Amino acid sequence: MSWVWKSLNSSIGKKLVMAITGVALMLFLIIHLAGNMSLYGGKDAFNNYVRLLEHIKPFIRVIEVILASVFVFHIFNGTRLWIENKQARPQGYSVNGSRKNTDVFSRTAFITGSIVFIFLVIHLQTIWYKFNYSGSELDLYTITTEWFQVWWYAALYFISVLLLGFHLNHGFQSAFQTFGWNHKKYFPFIEKLGTVYALIMTIGFGSIPVYFFFFGGK
Amino acid sequence: MEHKKINLTLKVWRQQNAQSKGSFTEYKVSVSPDSSFLEMLDDINNDLEKKNLEPITFESDCREGICGTCGLVINGQPHGPIPRIATCQLHMRNFKDGDIIYVEPFRAKAFPIIKDLMVDRSAMDRVMEAGGFISVNTLSVPDGNAIPIPKEIASEAMDAAQCIGCGACVAACKNASAMLFVSAKVSQFALLPQGQPERYKRVESMVKVMDEYGFGSCSNTYACEAECPKGVSVKNIARMNREYFMAKVKSQNVE
Ligand code: SF4
Ligand code: FES
Repeated sequence: MSWVWKSLNSSIGKKLVMAITGVALMLFLIIHLAGNMSLYGGKDAFNNYVRLLEHIKPFIRVIEVILASVFVFHIFNGTRLWIENKQARPQGYSVNGSRKNTDVFSRTAFITGSIVFIFLVIHLQTIWYKFNYSGSELDLYTITTEWFQVWWYAALYFISVLLLGFHLNHGFQSAFQTFGWNHKKYFPFIEKLGTVYALIMTIGFGSIPVYFFFFGGK
Repeated sequence: MEHKKINLTLKVWRQQNAQSKGSFTEYKVSVSPDSSFLEMLDDINNDLEKKNLEPITFESDCREGICGTCGLVINGQPHGPIPRIATCQLHMRNFKDGDIIYVEPFRAKAFPIIKDLMVDRSAMDRVMEAGGFISVNTLSVPDGNAIPIPKEIASEAMDAAQCIGCGACVAACKNASAMLFVSAKVSQFALLPQGQPERYKRVESMVKVMDEYGFGSCSNTYACEAECPKGVSVKNIARMNREYFMAKVKSQNVE
């Protein structure tokens, strides 16, 4: 079976790993956003949602393990590609022409991804950790909305989500290009869908810190 | 009709050999807008030679955009600012009086600099040797229409076959990836009946050699397509990916 391993470590194989894990993470984001929307329903709605998750915790655990490994693969592989791709051009150009032949979303995928990663760590520490390691009668709504009162957290959340939108706008169509779906029948639609998806995610997640910071959730 | 000459400041990359450290040398030129970019460099070289100075080394052959030998990075863009042309077809009328123009070689680990603006692109030849061909018996020329091929397919294959192997895609890519080039070569055969017998072996071995030479991986920025003098489409990269996945699933190769 060494051919499987070798293939996944080829230039095209590494792209495939990025694309598959990327799509998995994009699906997760949809579910995550749907859950987050219950914040707008007020304290009871959100806490009931949290209780529901609490209720099916064994299932959530399995999902978490899968999710964590998907994240690790995406991040590890992305970083490895970034390093190798840097090495493919040891001496750079004195004049950078990339603005003229690429868009900002694809050019900055590694940077936006890295910032989202930093945010992810903080996010896990502040919210996810509380969800898992506090007592059973947890008022996660209050904890969460209080975090959004902290200006730097709200700002960080908002900026990270914005950059995540950039990342997704590139990642969506990029994944399908890697799968080999660049075909004149489907691809124009995929590109539009990707932008719509990125917009929904950005507006959906991004509205939360804005709303709770300025209106305190009241 | 007489055209006024334009005055330009050229900053040209000069480097003695692969080991030495290069730098820009400035040349002030007054050039006719009708001159091509390479003719301008020829003029500079004539002057340099008259003064007993080392001329600028750069490559060209056909000077009509079909051989892929020329290739300079002009103000950060391979083959210069005008899309869909090779460096040899770039004319000075596209520049304004007083412009500063930076001229650099293609830069990639797989393209070591030989001298000044000349780089060694033989890695691309090695990729071609790995599978960029079809095996046929050398007898009389086969009848052109013996195998019926639908027009759309023939056209798509021709679009891919337009690649002149210049390496601008590698030069443009922030990852120095050769995937547009390799995918064009994979596609031109994968699309046609004549390419079928070696279809999967071809893509497997060409990608393998491409990776060995240290070209980067594609991250779908599409800079290659934007800079390719022949407008080779990134759809070919998608096709190469499909071919590669199918090859891995179907081929007999268990290595
Ligand atoms: S694909 Fe275009 S840029 Fe790349 S080698 Fe071929 S002709 Fe040159
Ligand atoms: S010299 Fe042949 S393509 Fe420019």
